[in-house]
Amino acid sequence: MDFNYAAAAPEIFLGLAICVVLLVDVFLKDEQRETTYVLAMLALIGTAAVNLYFAVSAEVVTFNGAYVTDPASGVLKMFAYVALGVTFLYSREYLQNNGLLKGEFFVLGLFGLLGIMIMISAHSLLTLYLGLEVLALSQYTLVAFNRDSAASAEAAMKYFVLGAIASGALLYGISLLYGITGTLQLDELAARVGAAEISIPALLALAFIIVGIAFKFGAVPFHMWLPDVYQGAPTPVTLFIGSVPKLASFALVWRVLSEGLGPLHDGGWRDMLIVLCVLSLGLGNLAAIVQTNIKRMLAYSTISHVGFIFMGFIAGTDAGLSAAMFYTFAYVLMAAAAFGMVILLSRRGFEAERLEDFKGLNARSPWFALVMLMIMFSMAGVPPFVGFYAKLVVLAAVLNAGLVWLAAVGVLFAVIGAYYYIRVVWYMYFADATDQTPLAAAADMRIVISANALGLLALGLFPGGLLDLCARVLGG
Amino acid sequence: MNWPILSVVIWLPILGGIAVMLCGSERAQLGKQLALGVSIITFALSVPLWTGFDASTAAMQFVENLPWIERFGANYALGVDGISMPLVLLTTFLTPFVVVAGWEVIETRPTQYFAAFLILEGLMIGTFAATDALLFYVFWEAMLVPMFIIIGVWGGARRVYATVKFFLYTFLGSVFMLVALIYMYLQAGDYAIASFHELRLTMNEQIFIFLAFLLAFAVKVPMFPVHTWLPDAHVEAPTGGSVILAAILLKMGGYGFVRFSLPITPDASHELAWLMITLSLIAVVYIGFVALVQADMKKLIAYSSIAHMGFVTLGFFVIFAATPASPVNDGARMALQGGMMQMLSHGLISGALFLCVGVLYDRMHSREISAYGGVINTMPKFAALMVLFGLANAGLPGTSGFVGEFFVILGTFQANPWLAFLAATTLILGAAYTLWMIKRVVFGDVANSHVAALTDVGAREFWMLMVLAVAVLIVGVWPAPLVDRMDASIGQLLMHVGQPKL
Repeated sequence: MDFNYAAAAPEIFLGLAICVVLLVDVFLKDEQRETTYVLAMLALIGTAAVNLYFAVSAEVVTFNGAYVTDPASGVLKMFAYVALGVTFLYSREYLQNNGLLKGEFFVLGLFGLLGIMIMISAHSLLTLYLGLEVLALSQYTLVAFNRDSAASAEAAMKYFVLGAIASGALLYGISLLYGITGTLQLDELAARVGAAEISIPALLALAFIIVGIAFKFGAVPFHMWLPDVYQGAPTPVTLFIGSVPKLASFALVWRVLSEGLGPLHDGGWRDMLIVLCVLSLGLGNLAAIVQTNIKRMLAYSTISHVGFIFMGFIAGTDAGLSAAMFYTFAYVLMAAAAFGMVILLSRRGFEAERLEDFKGLNARSPWFALVMLMIMFSMAGVPPFVGFYAKLVVLAAVLNAGLVWLAAVGVLFAVIGAYYYIRVVWYMYFADATDQTPLAAAADMRIVISANALGLLALGLFPGGLLDLCARVLGG
Repeated sequence: MNWPILSVVIWLPILGGIAVMLCGSERAQLGKQLALGVSIITFALSVPLWTGFDASTAAMQFVENLPWIERFGANYALGVDGISMPLVLLTTFLTPFVVVAGWEVIETRPTQYFAAFLILEGLMIGTFAATDALLFYVFWEAMLVPMFIIIGVWGGARRVYATVKFFLYTFLGSVFMLVALIYMYLQAGDYAIASFHELRLTMNEQIFIFLAFLLAFAVKVPMFPVHTWLPDAHVEAPTGGSVILAAILLKMGGYGFVRFSLPITPDASHELAWLMITLSLIAVVYIGFVALVQADMKKLIAYSSIAHMGFVTLGFFVIFAATPASPVNDGARMALQGGMMQMLSHGLISGALFLCVGVLYDRMHSREISAYGGVINTMPKFAALMVLFGLANAGLPGTSGFVGEFFVILGTFQANPWLAFLAATTLILGAAYTLWMIKRVVFGDVANSHVAALTDVGAREFWMLMVLAVAVLIVGVWPAPLVDRMDASIGQLLMHVGQPKL
């Protein structure tokens, strides 16, 4: 038996920490919920420390080939800790103001993180599925977390039903693959798939798996849940769903398609992803234009970003994969900041979720208008913000793969997409404020969201480090 | 040069702009003074670019090169040659005027206004000075952000429409250039513009790359038929915005043609020269007529800008009509020089004309020509200067407007007398629309009580226009130093163009 517990140390630590948080939370009174928040943060810091301590410089496969730790998974997980920490920090005050500061939010968030970590480190399709379900169940529950809101309940129901179908499709694809190859372990899978001709059953299995992946990413035509869930969920939950799990979605494609089914790239999943990519770019950008609710607009914008992330996968090279990873990182940073701004503008009894609520922000707070401006231009892909380099690397990847037309489609939709991002800027700068209430966010939130936006700028001026990191861990 | 002069003139205004922004609305006066100080110091610091320039070489000068994104082979590489150096100076020279022009006029959030212009200045200089294509693109696109804000916040009644149109038009143009740049990077292995110049591309590749560039640069120039954003943007922009737009942003397109299109895709340029010449002549003739019927002064100058920029692109592409294009071909050399001179001179003249309109607008809050008449009776000093700029716009000999047009027409004549004939109609049309406007606005009897109540320009406005008038005359009377400094670079450009890459 091959049990190397050190390789899974962060997950083990986090699992134990969650149990502690859960137990302590039971004995806390409602006014002491801050303790849960602090404990959750400590759990994150501890997990990060364990992760750093047990960091590996080469791939370590353990638990009979079910689990893997490699430099790329380490980086992805570290990024997930930071992103979840930022999510918690942005959410705390909002939850308090809306009477939602409950231990479950943090516990479920941490469980979701555990699922994400398991997915990132999966080396077998079953491990991957396990992680996926841990994450998905946490998310379903989180969406319904505001019990009194009908919209939240409806969103959670939709999410759950559709998510269950997608999980079923994925599992069915996995079972077909197992039937064809006789293995669930990713490296053996790649070897056996590669040794055989591409067969119809293999393509069928692939199609089911792609459906599952597309659903988790929210790629068109499997995007239906995304706008409703983003809009219906409490904003902190939207912030969570919109940011950290994208790392898991990236890991899903990376592990299953690149590592496990790499030989099926040409004539297999490449073309399927191209279809999803073009549809997502088109529908995401066009539908976002007509939205009046900013959470819904950002949901459609997510769909279009997914199209760009897929471009990196479509290239099918290491460089393409690291481009997709870079895009995912950039996207998580931007999404966290954008939803953070929605939270920042909200206050007790008031949800700043309409686009109109951003009108005249420059008059109310020049600094946060500038912060939002940076976030929006970064999302639109205008330099010198990180969103530009994200688009640059994926475009370079598809051009390198000889898909000039796809790059042209991509940039064309980027221009269309720019419209709804700059509309937010125009509301903030060119329109008069309808709401003169001063912003009342806590200092920690103000500082972190400012740092978040400045990070978009700093990474835009000096993207080299992160680009190198992505390329190094993925061998691109 | 021991100090990184280009970096300083790029980053000083940007950092200065941030500092001005930090002054906030409470310390607006301090912010204004800081903005003026920064813009003047930037100009002073850029003067060594002119005095220390070695006119005998076509190589990049004042070169800086630091590794930036090593994975892409993209460097923080700066340098100027005879083509970009005058444009950098034009930028640093004009920015203080913009600050002065907005001094008393801008009342809403003045510090943000000045900050936006300073940041824009740094980005524009960066665009001209970058010798790395990725760095160029970053500056090129980043310019859109402050310009979007400037038109949208401080513009006229339809400012939102105008600024969104401006943003989307230019953004659409440039993204395809990005695709072309990445495509060439994948072949060349780095982003240095010089390595792009060396690339051997097939005709098909060249045509596609040329068209991608064309979209980006034609929108910026702007060329017919993608010019429609300009009148809107000009009319709605605040005075300073119009000045920068006309004087410098439009030059980005022309600069792009000589820096990218001509040397990288010479064969495609040759192949498609007929298209470029046709579009340029349409801009010169048709837009000239359009300018004639405008009732709004800013719109008239905007259309006149399009016509004048048509001359620039004509000068750049008529060299292919005079085959074979080579450094020894005097006509081609003259046409290119003419195009360059026209860009610089148009920067001065159109900037000055927009400032003149701004002076009138600040008093009467109208840009309609019909609202004026007999301004000379109440504002004699101002009228004299405006007439001078009007004559320069019409290409009067002795002003800078004449030099460029004359060179281009001469060069065109050597290629094809009929093209030269069409191009020369601008002398008539330009005179017609400019002078007719001057006649209706400046001369005649005092038209109404508002005009009768006008006060002449104060010291701030007078010296602002006076300095520009002197510059227009100096360039017009004695263009030799400028031409000499451009000569070597233009020779090298012609050499690139003359070598087929197929």
